[in-house]
Amino acid sequence: MIDRFQNWLPRMVLAPSFFLVLIFVYGFILYTGYLSMTDSKMLPSYNWVGFANYEKLFRLRHWNTAITNLAIFGILYIGISSAIGLLLAILLDQKIRAEGFIRPIYLYPMALSFIVTGTAWKWFLDPGIGLENTMHQWGWASFHFNWIKDRNYAIYTVVIAAVWQSSGFVMAMFLAGLRGVDNEIIKAAQIDGATGFRIYRKIIIPMMRPVFLSAFVVLAHLAIKAYDLVVALTGGGPGRATELPATFMYSYTFTRNQMGVGASSAIIMLIMIFSIIVPYVYSELRAGGKR
Amino acid sequence: MSGATQDNALKGSGATRIIIYTVLILFMIFYLLPLYVMLTNSLKPLEEIRGGDMLALPKNWTIEPWRAAWSYAQIGVQPTGLKPYFINSIFMVVPAVLISTSLGALNGYVLTKWSFRGSDLVFGLLLLACFIPFQIVLIPMARILGILGLAGTTSGLVLVHTIYGLGFTTLFFRNYYAAFPTELVRAAQIDGAGFFQIFWRILAPSSAPIAVVTIIWQFTNVWNDFLFGVSFADFDSIPMTVALNNLVNSSTGVKEYNVHFAGAILAALPTLIVYIVSGRYFVRGLMAGAVKG
Amino acid sequence: MFMKSVLRITVSAAVLALGGGMASAGNVEVLHWWTSGGEAAALNVLKDDLASKGVEWQDMPVAGGGGEAAMTALRARVTAGNAPTAVQMLGFDIRDWAAEGALANLDDVATSEGWDAVVPDALKAFSKYDGHWVAAPVNVHSTNWVWINKKALDAAGGKAPTNWDELIAVLDAMKANGITPLAHGGQAWQDATIFDAVVLSMGNDFYKASMIDLDENALGGDTMVEVFNRMAKLRSYVDDNFSGRDWNLASAMVINGEAGMQMMGDWAKGEFLRADQVPGKDFVCIRFPGTQGSVTFNSDQFAMFKVNDPEAQKAQKLMASAVMSPVFQSAFNVVKGSVPARTDVPNDAFDDCGKKGMADLAEANANGSLFGSMAHGHAVPASIKNAMYDVVTAHFNGEYDAKEAAAELVAAVADAK
Repeated sequence: MIDRFQNWLPRMVLAPSFFLVLIFVYGFILYTGYLSMTDSKMLPSYNWVGFANYEKLFRLRHWNTAITNLAIFGILYIGISSAIGLLLAILLDQKIRAEGFIRPIYLYPMALSFIVTGTAWKWFLDPGIGLENTMHQWGWASFHFNWIKDRNYAIYTVVIAAVWQSSGFVMAMFLAGLRGVDNEIIKAAQIDGATGFRIYRKIIIPMMRPVFLSAFVVLAHLAIKAYDLVVALTGGGPGRATELPATFMYSYTFTRNQMGVGASSAIIMLIMIFSIIVPYVYSELRAGGKR
Repeated sequence: MSGATQDNALKGSGATRIIIYTVLILFMIFYLLPLYVMLTNSLKPLEEIRGGDMLALPKNWTIEPWRAAWSYAQIGVQPTGLKPYFINSIFMVVPAVLISTSLGALNGYVLTKWSFRGSDLVFGLLLLACFIPFQIVLIPMARILGILGLAGTTSGLVLVHTIYGLGFTTLFFRNYYAAFPTELVRAAQIDGAGFFQIFWRILAPSSAPIAVVTIIWQFTNVWNDFLFGVSFADFDSIPMTVALNNLVNSSTGVKEYNVHFAGAILAALPTLIVYIVSGRYFVRGLMAGAVKG
Repeated sequence: MFMKSVLRITVSAAVLALGGGMASAGNVEVLHWWTSGGEAAALNVLKDDLASKGVEWQDMPVAGGGGEAAMTALRARVTAGNAPTAVQMLGFDIRDWAAEGALANLDDVATSEGWDAVVPDALKAFSKYDGHWVAAPVNVHSTNWVWINKKALDAAGGKAPTNWDELIAVLDAMKANGITPLAHGGQAWQDATIFDAVVLSMGNDFYKASMIDLDENALGGDTMVEVFNRMAKLRSYVDDNFSGRDWNLASAMVINGEAGMQMMGDWAKGEFLRADQVPGKDFVCIRFPGTQGSVTFNSDQFAMFKVNDPEAQKAQKLMASAVMSPVFQSAFNVVKGSVPARTDVPNDAFDDCGKKGMADLAEANANGSLFGSMAHGHAVPASIKNAMYDVVTAHFNGEYDAKEAAAELVAAVADAK
């Protein structure tokens, strides 16, 4: 009797989380899927319209802009954040005396939301009052940095701010990874005559594949959810040049009173997210099975 | 776990060290710039800001903007400053973080040490749940909170944050406990220890590093949340971020940038402190499991 | 131990929350986005007035995006069955909520206080739904204003422009004098604010046909092409850094003489007054050249949501009555820069621009040339408004030429209907 109870206990412990997530995540996703097939405007309505919202969605120029931007933003953001994170982690791992002082400085941006830092960034990037102006005052008259005002370049300023926020966090992940590398392996390599960056390139970095994966998942989820960043920096402008799927979805659902179209964009977004994340989860589970 | 030896350091000449330090310092400047802009401008009178040059140090130093932001700036009808909203956020964040972390720990424990048929599927579902865009849950969530009678309450916000934090907390603890020797658990089982006894006596005592990571992660996310706060809070449970937004984002009024900056730093102070104080444990905690693929 | 403390904190949080949720009789919870110093102080007049009548004000401010954040919050609140008592609202939002059956009926207060006689018809189109009062209008902002730096104007000939050609002449003169002729912030709603004025300058009938009746011939016709040509012309007087600039920074450029003029609604006056500028002496306010006698407006109103508790209903009606009292209307609008929603409020407390605004409003109301502003959600519903924003902004940023823009406007509006 007690044994059977002990057998069921783990499931009972897991059950609340399971049911909460089942209802509040998957239930809501199904509900959104249903809404995307209705003519919901300001509030949900239940008039079935089939795939009309999806057809409309893909006719909209802004949706295409948003998807293209997400591709540009996602690739650059994940790539640059990982590169800077790895570089800083390697440099910080060189017996740096002030490490305890430097590390929190690299890490702190992750603690701040863009409601907090948005204005400072906006100022900094503004050619009239920010970096360009300062450089001019310092006598560098030909200095030009007006990307945030240029609709072809504005998305890159969003990348800069996003990299600023999370590259330190990625650094911490890589640093943890580096510190976890078995010293014996490195010593063996050194005895074989390998030196300096060769050791990193040939031995240490390949060993950190799991860290790259974790960093990728964290960054990918931040990239796809990127919303307040765009709102704080450019408000989607110039024009609608920096619209991302998350801002698109929000504006159609809540400010444009076209909830049906908003829901259909959410579903497309979820399909994109899941097609990236599911393979990761699958490999994660298989690795777990081997343990 | 504390084997943070640095034997894989490059053996370089003095010149290499100089390059390394230069790069590190350049990046420090990059990371500190926005904070510098906020700090210096929060200590200037408004006229000086209007005059331009945002990178210059204040000519007339003043702490008035800070006092205004904290205790008498206009947030709504009353000039209360951010002060009263601080406690609202605390009442929301502390329970939300503790509950989701505890549940995450138990989930991780079950998933690694008591796995059963289908537990992997449960984990997969929890993990995927991390990636749901919050904008889509607003309307259905509001309906359910209304049905539960939790609309506009701090408890409602705690519930919401707990649910959407479960994925990450479970992921962190699961990866950590996966590396924990299962033999110890089996041995305790043979000695007759029960499910919770094993958790309390064997796993919990060595969970500190991952608990730190989880708590930092959750604390930051919940404290910084705006969307849920603005949608599910009532006049008496408005969290800090929503109040800050009211201070900073008024649409047709005069913008007092110095007060805005001071308020922004004040609102961010708890998360900043958490990061700086526990930064060391953070890397250690990540090392201990969170980044393991 | 750990779990116990978790439990304790949860319980205490729950108790706190419950304690707060129990409404005492005679409360009004007010959702609004007037959070900046002057506005909030003005609203405090209302709060104190209600307090003297025993009604407690529960403040629920949500700033951001000209009410966008507040409207999102409202949707969550109503869906949860926890609607605030009164909500600051603009134009078509009121109609949409009234159509959902969510708003209360204020007919008995309105009748006993004679609102029908003192509120302009163009406002009543939003305050009343299906013949019943559902909202109390607080103010009328008019959006077709131009704010000119007096010195810059004097240097450019000294005569305020009254038509398009004179406007261009002044702008050219300012350019020749080495300042930025037109201060502007490149945000969709600001672009649309200028667009509104240019459309209106093509005539009242054209504004009504294109912006309100959404007549396809007007939306895509030659006149509209000319409107976009003029927008492009105006764009050429704006500096390169305009994109994303807040409107008040643009005002600051006019105030300190860096720029000649700004085309913006009457809330801009607050910025000038705060910088100790005197209307008529340091700056000049005129209607957008070619729109004299006509007014495009937006009006903040307090929409009243249905409440069940009789005490709360009483408090709600007291609030509606207080909003419509001439004393509050004067006190609030003097501070806010707008003009009262009722036309019988004495103008003694207002400055020159304010008096001109009140006179213009009365005149436009009498002549039938008072129109809801498209840019500010008083001409068309949100979906169409935003579709228009898209086109106007894209054109202003050089993505379309004028012909394409007019064609796109027709298509975008048709798509959003």
